[in-house]
Amino acid sequence: MEGEKRENQNQAAEEEDQIVNPWEVAAKDGGKIDYDKLIDKFGCQRLDQTLIDRVHRLTGRPPHVFLRRGVFFAHRDFNEILDAYEKGKKFYLYTGRGPSSEALHIGHLVPFMFTKYLQDVFRVPLVIQLTDDEKCMWKNLTVEESQRLARENAKDIIACGFDITRTFIFSDFDYVGGAFYKNMVKVAKCVTLNKVQGIFGFSGEDHIGKISFPPVQAVPSFPSSFPHLFSGKDDLRCLIPCAIDQDPYFRMTRDAAPRIGYHKPSLIESTFFPALQGETGKMSASDPNSAIYVTDSAKVIKSKINKYAFSGGQDSVEKHRQLGANLEVDISVKYLNFFLEDDVELEHIKTEYAAGRMLTGEVKGRLGSVLSEIVERHRAARASVTDEVVDAFMAVRPLPNMFD
Amino acid sequence: MGFTKEELLARLKELQIDFSQYEHPTVLTVEEQAKYVGDKGGGLSKNLFLKDKKSRFYIVSALADTKVDMKVLSQRLGLGKGGIRMAPEEALGEILQVPLGCVTPFALVNESARHVALLLDKGFQSQEHCFFHPLSNDMSIALNACDLDKFLKSIERDPSYVDLEANPTVGKDQPPDLAAFVPSGSSIQPDQPDKAAPLQDPTKNSVPVNKKSVAATGKVAKPQASTQNSKEKPVNPVHQPSVFSDAGFFVEEILNKTSALLLSEITEGAVKENGVNLGTVVAENIRKRLNSDLQSMATMFKNTAYTQGFHAGAHRNL
Repeated sequence: MEGEKRENQNQAAEEEDQIVNPWEVAAKDGGKIDYDKLIDKFGCQRLDQTLIDRVHRLTGRPPHVFLRRGVFFAHRDFNEILDAYEKGKKFYLYTGRGPSSEALHIGHLVPFMFTKYLQDVFRVPLVIQLTDDEKCMWKNLTVEESQRLARENAKDIIACGFDITRTFIFSDFDYVGGAFYKNMVKVAKCVTLNKVQGIFGFSGEDHIGKISFPPVQAVPSFPSSFPHLFSGKDDLRCLIPCAIDQDPYFRMTRDAAPRIGYHKPSLIESTFFPALQGETGKMSASDPNSAIYVTDSAKVIKSKINKYAFSGGQDSVEKHRQLGANLEVDISVKYLNFFLEDDVELEHIKTEYAAGRMLTGEVKGRLGSVLSEIVERHRAARASVTDEVVDAFMAVRPLPNMFD
Repeated sequence: MGFTKEELLARLKELQIDFSQYEHPTVLTVEEQAKYVGDKGGGLSKNLFLKDKKSRFYIVSALADTKVDMKVLSQRLGLGKGGIRMAPEEALGEILQVPLGCVTPFALVNESARHVALLLDKGFQSQEHCFFHPLSNDMSIALNACDLDKFLKSIERDPSYVDLEANPTVGKDQPPDLAAFVPSGSSIQPDQPDKAAPLQDPTKNSVPVNKKSVAATGKVAKPQASTQNSKEKPVNPVHQPSVFSDAGFFVEEILNKTSALLLSEITEGAVKENGVNLGTVVAENIRKRLNSDLQSMATMFKNTAYTQGFHAGAHRNL
C-alpha cells in the first residue's frame, strides 16, 4: 500500500503540476492548462490543418466551427479512420455523459454538438453511454436517482439533434450484461490493479466499485459490445469524440484492444470549456454563476455575461481605446470562439477589440445574442422530447439505415 | 379562473375538516396578520413562493419564527448554493392564482399549481393549530396539521414535514437530503415510478413522492420492455398535435419563421444598399440564419414520427 502511494506521489511530482484525469482538472498554480504539454505527456497528436482539410474534402461539407477554431485539437489515429472511410469503410461514433446533475450548461453541450456534426457529415451510427453507475458510485447517489438523472440528461442530449434512425442511447444500469459484459471481462483481464491505480490514481481506500468501473467505459469502443447493431461487423472501427480529460480511459482501452483481437478505437479530443469567471476559475455545477445553463432565459444570459464574464478590457474607456483588450484572458471572446459561426465576424471583433476600437459592452452584447439563440433553440427542441422519444432512443432495436 | 376563497371553504367543509375562520382587513405581511390573529394562540405561517433555475416552483410553508436560510435550502434541494430565489410576481397569479401576499398551501388546489412542490415546516405538527390564508388576504383560517394533511391528501398531495432549520452537510458524499422534493422533469409527463427513492434522512415522516404513478411497474432490467415501463397514464403529447407531430403546424412554423426574417431583412436601408440585388442578398441571409433552426426542427419532426411508429410497433401485440 505504502509503495503504491509513494509511486503515485512521485508520479505527481513528475507530472509538473497540472492534473488532468476524468475526475480532476487543475492547472499549474491556478494558471491556464498547457495543452501542448498535455499532448506531449499523453502521447496523442495535434489535429492539424491538413487533417481538417481532409475532412472537408471527404465529406464535402465545411468543417465544423469547433475544428476550425481548435476546440477539438488533438487526436489518436483519426487519420486511420479517414483512410478507411476513403476506401468506403465506415465507422461508428461513441460518446457519453456522466449524469451527475440535471443542470446542464453550454459547456456540456460542446462534445454533443460536435458529435452531431460528425454523425451528419459522415453518415454513421452513434452510441451514447450514460454512466449512471459511475455517478452512483462517485457521487454517492442512489441507484434510482442516478437512473433518473440519466433519463433527464438523455432529453438534453437528444435535443442536440441526433438522428434517431442511427443513434442508440443506453444507460449502464440498463444495458450492462450479455455481450457487453463479456467484453468487460476480456478488458478487465488485461489491466492489473497496479496499472489502474497508476492511470486513475485509485488507492487502497477506494471501494472496489470504482476500481472495477473503467472497463465499463472502455468496451463501447468495440462493435461486438452491441450485437443488436453490429453483429458480424467485428472489423468496424470506432471514433470517440470526448474532452481530453477522458484520455486515460482510452489509453487503457487502446492498450487492451490488440491483446483481445480488436481494433484500437480512435479519439478526437477537445479542450476544456472555460468558466465565466475565467480559465482559472472553476466551473462548478453548484455555482450557477460560473456557467450559462441551457435553461437560462435570454435575460439571465445577458445578465450573467455582463456581471460575471471575465473581461480582458481595460478599466476605463480612455485606457481601453489606448491599450485595447487582452484577448488571452477575455472570456467573451473565448466563448465567441466556440459559438460564433461566422469566421469573418469573429476576426473583425478580435481585431477591433484588441485595438481598443470596440468596447467590452459590445462584445458582451454580441455574445449574449449568440448564446440566447443557441439556448432558445435547445429549449424548443428539448420541449419536444417526450418520455416516449427517450424510450425509443434507448430501446435495444436494430438500426437498419444507420450507414445510409 | 382559480379557486375562490368561498369555494375552498366549501370544500373544507365537505371534507369535514375542522377549521376556524377570522376575517380581517387585507394584510400583506405576517406582521400585519399578527395584529388581527396573533393573540389567538397557535402558530402564524410565513409562506414563500420560490423558483429555481429550471423554472420549477416551490411553496415553503413555515412557522413565522422558523428561520429559513435560502442558501441552505437551495443546497439541500440539490440546486447548488444560489439555485433558488423568490418567484416573480407574475408567477403568483399565473401559477398559484392568488394575490400578492397570499401564498398558501391551499393554492395547490388549483390545477395550474399541479407541479409546484410543497415543503412544510415540521414545527406545524407541534402546534395546536396554524394560520393560513384561504386564497385571500382578508381572511385567515386556523387548523391543525392533521387537518391540513387531510386537505392535502384530498388533492392527491403527500403532506410531508421537514426540519427547515436543519443544516446538514451537502457534499460529494452526502447527497442533498431534500432532493426528492424537486419536481420531476418534463412538466407534461407523469412522474416516473422509480422516483420513490428512499431518502437518506431517517427523521423524515414520510417519503414525499410523485402523486401520480401509484402502481409502479418497477424498473425494467432489459431495455426491450422500456417503452412499457412507466406509462400508467398515457398523457403523452406525442398524441396531441404539435409542431413536431403535425405536418400542418410544422409547415406553418417554418413559414412563420421565414416570413418574420424576410420582413426584418427588407428595410429601407437594405433596399437602398442593394437595389435590385436585394432578393439575392435576403435569400442568402435567410439561408444562413435559418439553417440551424430549421434543421433542428426537422430532426425533431423525424424523431417524433419514428417514435410514434416505434411505439405502435412495440405495442402491436398487446
